[in-house]
Amino acid sequence: MLEFFMRLFRGEDQSKHVAKERLRLVLVQDRTSLSAQALEALKEDLIAVISKYLEIDDSGPEVVLERDGESIALVATIPVKRAAGVARAGR
Amino acid sequence: MAGRVIVITSGKGGVGKTTTTANLGAGLAMLGRRVCLVDADIGLRNLDVVMGLENRIVYDLVEVVEGHARLRNALIKDKRLDGLFLLPAAQTREKDAVTPEQMKALCAQLAEEFDYVLVDSPAGIEHGFRNAIAGAHEAIIVTTPEVAAVRDADRITGLLEANELSNPKLIINRIRPQMVRRGDMLDIDDVIEILAIELLGVVPDDESIIVATNRGEPVVLGGHTKAAQAYRNIVRRIEGEEVPFMQIEEDGWMSRLRNLVGLGRKKVRGA
Repeated sequence: MLEFFMRLFRGEDQSKHVAKERLRLVLVQDRTSLSAQALEALKEDLIAVISKYLEIDDSGPEVVLERDGESIALVATIPVKRAAGVARAGR
Repeated sequence: MAGRVIVITSGKGGVGKTTTTANLGAGLAMLGRRVCLVDADIGLRNLDVVMGLENRIVYDLVEVVEGHARLRNALIKDKRLDGLFLLPAAQTREKDAVTPEQMKALCAQLAEEFDYVLVDSPAGIEHGFRNAIAGAHEAIIVTTPEVAAVRDADRITGLLEANELSNPKLIINRIRPQMVRRGDMLDIDDVIEILAIELLGVVPDDESIIVATNRGEPVVLGGHTKAAQAYRNIVRRIEGEEVPFMQIEEDGWMSRLRNLVGLGRKKVRGA
């Protein structure tokens, strides 16, 4: 009973949040004609390029397309350990 | 001055395009406008039965376009409302029996005689959809608060814009306040945020619509149901009036309890 009320008031596992998140992703794919696989490949290429200059924390790179009304932005969050690779990259 | 040609479309089937077209047409006629409803769903005509006019069809849209019937002879006059007419689709023809150019000419001809020409689009994005939008100046997109319908509405928005029908307006159909309150249905703000198009109105899921459709009477004619009120509000907005969005929250004991203990969630905006 308590659990029922907790769920009712807190609403963490409300299915509408799942719906909204899924819609967000699928609409970005529809609008850019970029599949989830292509996005993954893009992410790997980005990481490969950036690794030439910076040491990346493997645990956390995230590359997503975000939609804000009409415009779509590519948002990459790539945690850096340190910029030790810069000299090696030939600058 | 020529009338407004508005296409009612959705992409996905079964979200209530035809019911919406019937009710907006009847609602506009109730305000004294001259309205022609055009069923552009060739081969799958439905608007006639939703309007209860199926027994009065003599000629159809394809026969008019092909020159086998005169437009004035094909138009069915609604006996309930002055100024409301239907141009039925052909039932035994293929969708490609009509071209977009022919639809454009037909809509232009109708717009000379009517204040509003409402074109009921078939589902899909193929030939029938292209025909339905060909002669339109404005577009109304109907969706329901479901993932598949919202996705298709977004796709349709893009296609409309590519065809110079920018700024389509949105009707969210079949919203269920109780499910919204539980968080098990996308609410109006969610849908608007995702689609980023202007809201024209919200129609609650209402059994009275099924009853009205059984009888072949647009629910808007029947008075005091929430759905009828919602359609009347939408019609006034189409006419350019600013009508506030009414609350479609029900006064159930749960919401009263929740308000009592101060846990009332955001009200369900609506209609």
